[in-house]
Amino acid sequence: MYAQGLINASGDPNAAETPEQLARFQARIDAEEKIEARDWMPAAYRKTLIRQISQHAHSEIIGMQPEGNWVTRAPSLRRKASLLAKVQDEGGHGLYLYAAAETLGISREEMQDQLLSGAAKYSSIFNYPTLTWADIGAIGWLVDGAAIMNQIPLCRCSYGPYARAMVRVCKEESFHQRQGYEIMTTLAQGAPEQKAMAQDALNRWWTPSVMMFGPPDTDSVHSDQSMTWKIKRFTNDALRQRFVDATVPQADYLGLTIPDPECKWNDVTQHYDIGPLDWDDFWKVVKGGGPMNRQRIAARQKADDDGAWVREAALAYAAKRSTQQEAAE
Amino acid sequence: MSDRARLPLWEVFIRPRNGLAHRHVGSVHASDAEMALMAARDVYTRRGEGRSIWVAPASAIAASDPDEKAEMFDPADDKTYRQPTDYHVPEEVGDM
Repeated sequence: MYAQGLINASGDPNAAETPEQLARFQARIDAEEKIEARDWMPAAYRKTLIRQISQHAHSEIIGMQPEGNWVTRAPSLRRKASLLAKVQDEGGHGLYLYAAAETLGISREEMQDQLLSGAAKYSSIFNYPTLTWADIGAIGWLVDGAAIMNQIPLCRCSYGPYARAMVRVCKEESFHQRQGYEIMTTLAQGAPEQKAMAQDALNRWWTPSVMMFGPPDTDSVHSDQSMTWKIKRFTNDALRQRFVDATVPQADYLGLTIPDPECKWNDVTQHYDIGPLDWDDFWKVVKGGGPMNRQRIAARQKADDDGAWVREAALAYAAKRSTQQEAAE
Repeated sequence: MSDRARLPLWEVFIRPRNGLAHRHVGSVHASDAEMALMAARDVYTRRGEGRSIWVAPASAIAASDPDEKAEMFDPADDKTYRQPTDYHVPEEVGDM
């Protein structure tokens, strides 16, 4: 969100980092000072943020596809308008986040290339298909609900541009979850077939949503350092628990069943327990083995290819205009 | 690195309503000022956040160096005589 030309102005990024520099940086973090784009930061902090913010941006952009799939088949004009607005918001969120990542010295083009080549990942949840209209309800309720749990603490992330982007995203995300839950409510209170459709969507989206918080704390590679740097404020498991605790009563209200026989209230911990999750399957989907990975990237590639002439024409027009203006002056 | 056409970066400033100053909200990529304004409208004012938009080429913004923060800004810290609280006014006089 700050001028690209300013990046790397603060010295050679490859210069050796002294223990004093690192200590001073950590002291700023510990004092809850925000780090801004041109401030000195350890190369690993920069790298971690580029990885996380660009992945987050890619997730928003790819996330437009499963929902876009239902725009033309939404059951009413109101549902269509709100879904269209939601998909447009996801595009906007991707752009705020790309802009935040660019402040760290990576270009938009590099990030696009990393997404298309598979070098950069995105949230594995978007590799599942949206088979029925109820999936749009389930995505808004569960996927956006999980995203909000993840994103609210990110509003206090130590990196200023990321934190500011998240404030905007969180404000907009709340409409997404409410529109999803409204769709679920309508279906759950409708005909038996509609309620069955809602249950089927919950059955398919529950586990991937619970997995959106990432691997358990015992296996999470990036967690410790990210917590020390205050990029992350809560562990994967803590956020997952918070999501489960918030969501199970919402399912109860709908009269729908969480597709996990081990999911029940625990009087001792005062939290809902859930059964074990299949992390092998999670990693298979992350690494390209999900039902929709290939289609998602192919669609993104096609959009990129189809837009190339527009970008070129716009640049050619801008160049022509500026030549004409110079000639007139 | 790809050979894709690189659209220049623009910084976006929005005035939420008349009476307030324009404030930096983020950036967009666009081929020219007109396109940058359109993109800024779509990206940053979908919910009535603005009544006026400025866009400026990012390359046209000059910024102070964070490494020189101390030289730039510390001198202001010890000039308490620039603050109203540095001056004593007798209580009998009341608020001033």
